[in-house]
Amino acid sequence: MPIEVNGKTLETDEEGYLSNLTEWEPAVAGIMAKLDNCELTDSHWEVINFLREYYEEYQIAPAVRVLTKAIGKKLGPDKGNSKYLYELFPYGPGKQACKYAGLPKPTGCV
Amino acid sequence: MSDIKKFMYVNRRAPYGTVYAWESLEVVLIGAAFDQQVSLAFLDDGVYQITKGQDTTQLGIKNFSPTFSALGDYGITNIFVEKESLEKRGLTVADLIPLKYEDENDNYAEKDSIKLVSASDLVKVLEEQDVLLNF
Repeated sequence: MPIEVNGKTLETDEEGYLSNLTEWEPAVAGIMAKLDNCELTDSHWEVINFLREYYEEYQIAPAVRVLTKAIGKKLGPDKGNSKYLYELFPYGPGKQACKYAGLPKPTGCV
Repeated sequence: MSDIKKFMYVNRRAPYGTVYAWESLEVVLIGAAFDQQVSLAFLDDGVYQITKGQDTTQLGIKNFSPTFSALGDYGITNIFVEKESLEKRGLTVADLIPLKYEDENDNYAEKDSIKLVSASDLVKVLEEQDVLLNF
């Protein structure tokens, strides 16, 4: 289902991931979150920005296990655990946060 | 779980002419979730997959070589490179992406994942594996 962002129509796949990753802009995350009845806070953005940096460096969306560990290293152990990340992204930190960040679905996620 | 097997992914082809290299890397990343003991081997033209400075803009294909640097995060710390294959192509370890991992049992010290082995030593490593996957 395509989404409307700042007057532009962006294509997404059947699960809501952006079809063209280069079309991402911060407003995309907010609009996708609204469709999920989620309100984005600074804590959400920390994870979204982290994922974008990770993708920029490694060209992949990390597996949840790898993401959790890496977040812990960068933002501290109180954030690098599944409980914290699942509270922010109840549909799964890998799937949901990657979607908002305009990344593909994490490799290995089903 | 006691049922840990040794998986070895053998990569013999250049990175972009076929889908094998990228497919192999994807399978490795997916398989890494299953708590098996995973290692990789690069030989023949496969050594080109992990060379530095790859630029695919003219090909119109994603340059996936940066992804190899994430392997350490995925717990894959044994990457064997055949010495003879490098030499035949005029390459040395210095031409390869420096793949590293952090050793949890050694105060997170950064260590090299790449192990340069001769063809005859690589045969021994291959013989120790439970599962060989060729790409």
